[in-house]
Amino acid sequence: MSKIDFSDVVVATSTMAVVMGLVTKILETKTRDHKLHTILNFAWLGIMLLTMLINMLGYEVSYSTIICLTVLYAVQRSKGFPPARMLSIAFVPATIVYLINDTFLQLTPNFFKDNRDYFDTARGFAFMWVLGFTIYAQRQAKRDKVVRDKAEEERRIIEAKKQELEYQVAERTAELRKQKESLEEALEELKTTQNQLIQAEKMASLGELTAGIAHEIQNPLNFVNNFSEVSVELCQELQEELDREDFDKTYIAEILNDISQNQQKITHHGQRAASIVRGMLQHSRASNGQKELTDINALADEYLRLSYHGLRAKDKTFNADFKTDLAVDLPKIELIPQDFGRVLLNIINNAFYAVQQKAKIGIEGYKPSVVVSTAKIEDEIVVKIIDNGGGMPESIKTKIFQPFFTTKPTGQGTGLGLSLSYDIVTKGHGGTLEVESIEGEGTNFIITLPLK
Amino acid sequence: MKILVVDDEEDVRVLFQQRFRREIRAGEFDFAFSGSGEEALEYLKGQDLEAILILSDINMPGMSGIELLRQIRLKSPSSPPTIMMITAYGDAQSHDQAMALGANDFLTKPLDFIELKQKLQSSL
Repeated sequence: MSKIDFSDVVVATSTMAVVMGLVTKILETKTRDHKLHTILNFAWLGIMLLTMLINMLGYEVSYSTIICLTVLYAVQRSKGFPPARMLSIAFVPATIVYLINDTFLQLTPNFFKDNRDYFDTARGFAFMWVLGFTIYAQRQAKRDKVVRDKAEEERRIIEAKKQELEYQVAERTAELRKQKESLEEALEELKTTQNQLIQAEKMASLGELTAGIAHEIQNPLNFVNNFSEVSVELCQELQEELDREDFDKTYIAEILNDISQNQQKITHHGQRAASIVRGMLQHSRASNGQKELTDINALADEYLRLSYHGLRAKDKTFNADFKTDLAVDLPKIELIPQDFGRVLLNIINNAFYAVQQKAKIGIEGYKPSVVVSTAKIEDEIVVKIIDNGGGMPESIKTKIFQPFFTTKPTGQGTGLGLSLSYDIVTKGHGGTLEVESIEGEGTNFIITLPLK
Repeated sequence: MKILVVDDEEDVRVLFQQRFRREIRAGEFDFAFSGSGEEALEYLKGQDLEAILILSDINMPGMSGIELLRQIRLKSPSSPPTIMMITAYGDAQSHDQAMALGANDFLTKPLDFIELKQKLQSSL
């Protein structure tokens, strides 16, 4: 057991503390590697105990080697961190020198003693090497730190800007979402309003029809009443004849024949009224969008009459020739009857309105006329509504299918009739709706519908 | 005396013939029928207007009853012939117009045949 050389222990401990102080700073272990930082900070304790132990065992070991190995351990743990490379350049050669020195000291003490000067010189060089490179490494580390701090600062600024941008984007997104929601709401409202307008337009055209419908229903009802009354009278007459002893068989047969004929008339006129009511209900009913086989001729005839009587009811002085020119072989076609009925009604109403306006001017010899014709041309059905009214100039012709465009005085037209008709014919039935018009001479509306 | 009924409704003819079957059989009434104003004017050509009573609907396609009345009165401003107009209930405008144009009487639909019979009898 040897005596402990305390001066050796103190030098080793303090050198270790100073070197590790530098290394922790250069390698920035405090912020980068907490565990390594703790190890390096307590390395002085380790070397103190180790030196004491080696002393006690009688060995002579250079504490410089232990310090160098500790530094190399720290460098190894900090691989990738730039200052670590500089430290490894500083310490690897020195460590080799110290290790060689120690090896010779332990294995061949005599050789070591004989050449001590060389070994001392080598250690001296190693120390200078370490010192020089460590100082350089420290400066380099400082410069690097400045650069890194600057980069870090820039990164922080960029990060802050990024965050601000993200915040702005989030804010803008929220704003846009809000706008989108309010736009959707507005769109929904518009759709509702559009539906209401369509319904209003439908009701307006129905309103125009009311008088015509009343007239068309009143007539058959009058017949039903009159023929019923006559039948009652005929029955009384029959009874009276039968009460006579010499009743006339031929006369009785005649009366019975009349009664039978009357019953047929009553049925016919009853059905006529019912069909008008049915048509009216169909018109006012919301379209179910279902296409069904429809007789366009019947539809055209019915709406022409309703429209005429509707106008007549409002203006008793008005008279017009109206007739149909319907193709007898016209096939039934799949369409939405309520919708297509509205198209016919709108255009026929317009035609009567046009001839009525022209008639008001009082042109000598003018005979208002509205004709509805149907025809099958190749694989299309063509429906024409022809009037000899005032026609329209080109400037108006280009606008008539636009929503809310009307030439009627305020309150008399919604301006939706033709625009809706256009949509119904083109979008709803894959057909076309065209207008030909000569100002002062009249207007033709031409609807074509594909048969398939 | 001939009674000319002018109406575009075909069944009016049947109705009148049945309603007044007794009067027709008894030779009291003698009806003629026209389906339009134009047809009525055609019929009147060459007829003795003093021996004719016209019973016309107003609301007809083509020539209306009012126009027919105007045309007849253009030719013979005062009776004969006696002209009675018929129109739908509540049509005050047509009533005033017809009266101003020289109609002798005015009836509304639905026709009251008892009233009509009395009016026809008193006119004849």
